[in-house]
Amino acid sequence: MPEQISKETVVKVSRLARLSLSPDQAEKMTSQLAGMLEHFRDIDALDLSAVEPMTQPYPLKNVMREDVEMTSLDRQEVLDQAPAAESGRFRVPPTIGFDV
Amino acid sequence: MSDNAVLPNGWQLVVGLEVHVELATKTKMFSASANRFGDEPNTNIDPVTLGLPGALPVLNKHAVELAMRIGLALNCKVQPCTFHRKNYFYPDLPKAYQITQYDHPLNIDGFLMLPGEVRIGIERAHLEEDTGKSTHFGGTSGRIHGSDYSLIDFNRAGVPLVEIVSRPDIRTSEQARQYVAELRAILLVVGASDAKMEEGSMRCDVNVSVHKPGTPFGTRCEIKNVNSIRSVGRAIDYEARRQVDLIEGGGTVRQETRHWDDASGRTETLRTKEDADDYRYFLEPDLVPLVPEQSWVDQVRAALPVLPAARRNELAELCGIDKDGESAFVVVERGQDDYVRQVVGNGGDPRRSVIYVQQAFADQGAAPKVPAKDLAALTILERDAKVTSTQAKTLLTDLIEAGGGDVVAMAAKRGFEALDTGALEAMVDAAIAAEPGAWQKYCDGEEKALGALVGAIMKSSKGKADGKAVTTILQSKRKK
Amino acid sequence: MQKLVEIVAGVTDGSLTATAVLEEHLGRIQARESEIHAFNLVTADQARETATKIDADVKAGKKVGALAGVPIALKDNMCTRGIETTCSSKILQGWKPPYDATVVTKLRQAGAVVVGKTNLDEFAMGSSTENSAFGPTKNPLDISRVPGGSSGGSAAAVSAGFAAASLGSDTGGSIRQPAALCGVVGVKPTYGTVSRYGLVAFASSLDQIGPFTSDVRDAATLLEVISGHDPMDSTSIPQAATSLVSVLEHGVKGMRIGRVTDLPEGCEPDVLARLEAAFDALRKAGATIVDVKLPSLQYCLTAYYLIAPAEASSNLARYDGVRYGNRVEAADLNAMYAATREAGFGEEVKRRIMLGTYALSAGYFDAYYGKALKVRRLISDDFARAYKDVDTILTPTSPSTAFKFGSKTDNPLAMYLCDVFTIPTNLAGHPAMSVPFGVGADSMPVGIQVLATTMGEQAMFKVAAELERAS
Repeated sequence: MPEQISKETVVKVSRLARLSLSPDQAEKMTSQLAGMLEHFRDIDALDLSAVEPMTQPYPLKNVMREDVEMTSLDRQEVLDQAPAAESGRFRVPPTIGFDV
Repeated sequence: MSDNAVLPNGWQLVVGLEVHVELATKTKMFSASANRFGDEPNTNIDPVTLGLPGALPVLNKHAVELAMRIGLALNCKVQPCTFHRKNYFYPDLPKAYQITQYDHPLNIDGFLMLPGEVRIGIERAHLEEDTGKSTHFGGTSGRIHGSDYSLIDFNRAGVPLVEIVSRPDIRTSEQARQYVAELRAILLVVGASDAKMEEGSMRCDVNVSVHKPGTPFGTRCEIKNVNSIRSVGRAIDYEARRQVDLIEGGGTVRQETRHWDDASGRTETLRTKEDADDYRYFLEPDLVPLVPEQSWVDQVRAALPVLPAARRNELAELCGIDKDGESAFVVVERGQDDYVRQVVGNGGDPRRSVIYVQQAFADQGAAPKVPAKDLAALTILERDAKVTSTQAKTLLTDLIEAGGGDVVAMAAKRGFEALDTGALEAMVDAAIAAEPGAWQKYCDGEEKALGALVGAIMKSSKGKADGKAVTTILQSKRKK
Repeated sequence: MQKLVEIVAGVTDGSLTATAVLEEHLGRIQARESEIHAFNLVTADQARETATKIDADVKAGKKVGALAGVPIALKDNMCTRGIETTCSSKILQGWKPPYDATVVTKLRQAGAVVVGKTNLDEFAMGSSTENSAFGPTKNPLDISRVPGGSSGGSAAAVSAGFAAASLGSDTGGSIRQPAALCGVVGVKPTYGTVSRYGLVAFASSLDQIGPFTSDVRDAATLLEVISGHDPMDSTSIPQAATSLVSVLEHGVKGMRIGRVTDLPEGCEPDVLARLEAAFDALRKAGATIVDVKLPSLQYCLTAYYLIAPAEASSNLARYDGVRYGNRVEAADLNAMYAATREAGFGEEVKRRIMLGTYALSAGYFDAYYGKALKVRRLISDDFARAYKDVDTILTPTSPSTAFKFGSKTDNPLAMYLCDVFTIPTNLAGHPAMSVPFGVGADSMPVGIQVLATTMGEQAMFKVAAELERAS
């Protein structure tokens, strides 16, 4: 298992998750995550090399629908729930800073 | 090829293409709202499209079938596959993840043949969903940087896409153009997409690097916003040259994403590798594996139409034209090769049939209104010199306007009479006799004198003589 | 208080009116909701309209549904068209979905009367409702104690008689644990039995909707209505709902009940004593108790607290202040995202988003998420071996009875341990339910958990019904 989680990693992860953490919060988060990850080291004792990962509880496959159109949601009903809308569209602030 | 000449000192271009194609389904990849271009903003939306809390994706069977058509047409292996989430934040990505295929794509290991038996490997052709569309306002002219705000339309969000990833087998910008053109022709013929680059239903990302043969590939740059086949060539030529100049100037190429600016003809840095997001791919728990039954794959394969390359070969053989030439490409692209076959089947002159169709039937679609037998009759009139090539063109226009008809009667109505070579020669002789001065000057090498002679013949024939034929006769008489 | 089945029978034959039943429940809400806080929203007006319509239908001789006139409360993470759905989070406060969850549609079609949306730990992350952005729910049996969580509001609503039944969601025990702590029946069905369409996702491969009721028969009745294939959910099992009510009187004679010999430590002795009493009761009723080993059980907590946050970090990324919910304005997009999510999510949610993002990120994926998926396989295999020898397994639902407010809030890990007995079934995708079975040393109810294999609901309900008869 990797080294103990650092505050730098916590800050990087918080950026990935678009959560802004103050230095104090980052400190607290680092120690809490470190505590949990320490607890989670119990599975390091297991030999999992021959074990297939299990991603779904019930083995289904080929679930598909026919290509049939259904009515759209009402635009006004949807835009009424938006934080900001204009000209039938959702409005967002400009993109600056780190871009994706 | 010629384009490689732009790279000096033995540098070799290496190109791979990632082409995104919107599939021609009625509905979206994972939900039932319409997949339709050009509608009012946010009128083709549903809980899944908007990424509303609680919404769940369900795979569109027809999208899978169209993706399999693409894969099979590109000689891929169709295999059991899964869907992953690619996590990143962007306002036009409603769920903040894109559902895509990662380590187990639907189609793998295919190839596409280019003219001259050039084989371009296809690494994969996988299913994914499109994003919505952001429009940037304020600041400098709609560019993302420096804008004041953006407006988002989610009509396009969730539209089914196939991403076709080539291997880095392309060595010239000409090959890259041919690859995109050929791919587009295939997509159209299999009915998988309308493949309109100008509307964005077919989009190319171009990976460019340079190296010296015998050494490992160089660091590549990915170029985005390449929106036409012509731009594909221009962007590659520019980028290759930029990289060579950079290296020869002592610099190194950085792995980065670059933006093609069609107006300035340059690429510029969009983002570098260091900014790259960590997409945290993991298996999409809301979807189950897709394991296409062999019977389904066989059925899709059996229903595939004859592909453009084979059709061009057939057409070229039938009409005696170059299989890699413009005529064959254009006529097959428009799906008019069957029509040409009918024209020839009705006794039409093969070469003239294909050229008429290429030149005059651009907006006629796969089933032109002019009956094949009428067009066949026109090619025969011209072949037998019953009408001149200029007259034939006029008649072709008449024929298209009338939606068909008896071309002999049309020729008569226009007053186009057959002038056989004997009659023409007699007229030429008469003109020489009538204009001895001009004939002498012409024989002395004064080309201008030809005009007077031809003019006299056209006058006496009341315009029915073919100017080209008259000139040919005069030239042959001068040589004697 | 009337049982669900009695209400349906009475409303259908005209001896009760839906309106009278509703008013009785609204009266209890009026009397005690201010101290309990089971609801984020009481939808009294809509409920009265629905009840009036059902009564009119009965009068007109029209056929009414299988839940005619039953007042039902919904956990506030199920979408209800035009009715606020918040997940007890500030980020969604005020959001009115433009669509109904499949379960909501099924309830309406069956004639249920939705009385309100119940409180939960924010986005269903917690075991006490102390993580609700709108304040905790109190345990109706002792308001100094938690009702459990995350579906604490739904458990409390049934326990307090605010609704004849309610729906919750269970990702790691969020139905069973509060059912145990509030002294009601709570069922987590086989993954894929009840549609998740319209359930706001926490961890997609673990989430399942299920009922809270005051007895086993009501639970069976309600589960039959909400189960069944839904083409809107790709993980929905393509089978009709299993018949459950029909097996309740079958008894347990000849059934083999598993006793886990390597149960994780940390369970209160009074709770373990009730478990032994449950085995005795089943033995008396003709069942055989068989020892089973589940060696991977001890690793479940780790697997769960890597898998669930990983999925959650992705599921909760959509709360970005663009299309719905709340936004904190900022000069540029990324600042808006960060400010919105910082203000909108509570501590526990942020902690899990961080943990999950970390577990999925480049360089750590294999060590954490990838390994957790393998451990998930181990526990599933353990169960598969055990179910060769037994029909159901019995464990405590929770290691303790309802605890006091604030006793675990400072230590996330201590809170996570509340789920130690419930998590394994979510990982395996199996059904499990909690049945009240006596009380602990503090006179608070103890829940016994009945576990079964995939689609093993009939066996599970037989045992649960037997335990109920014996309690």
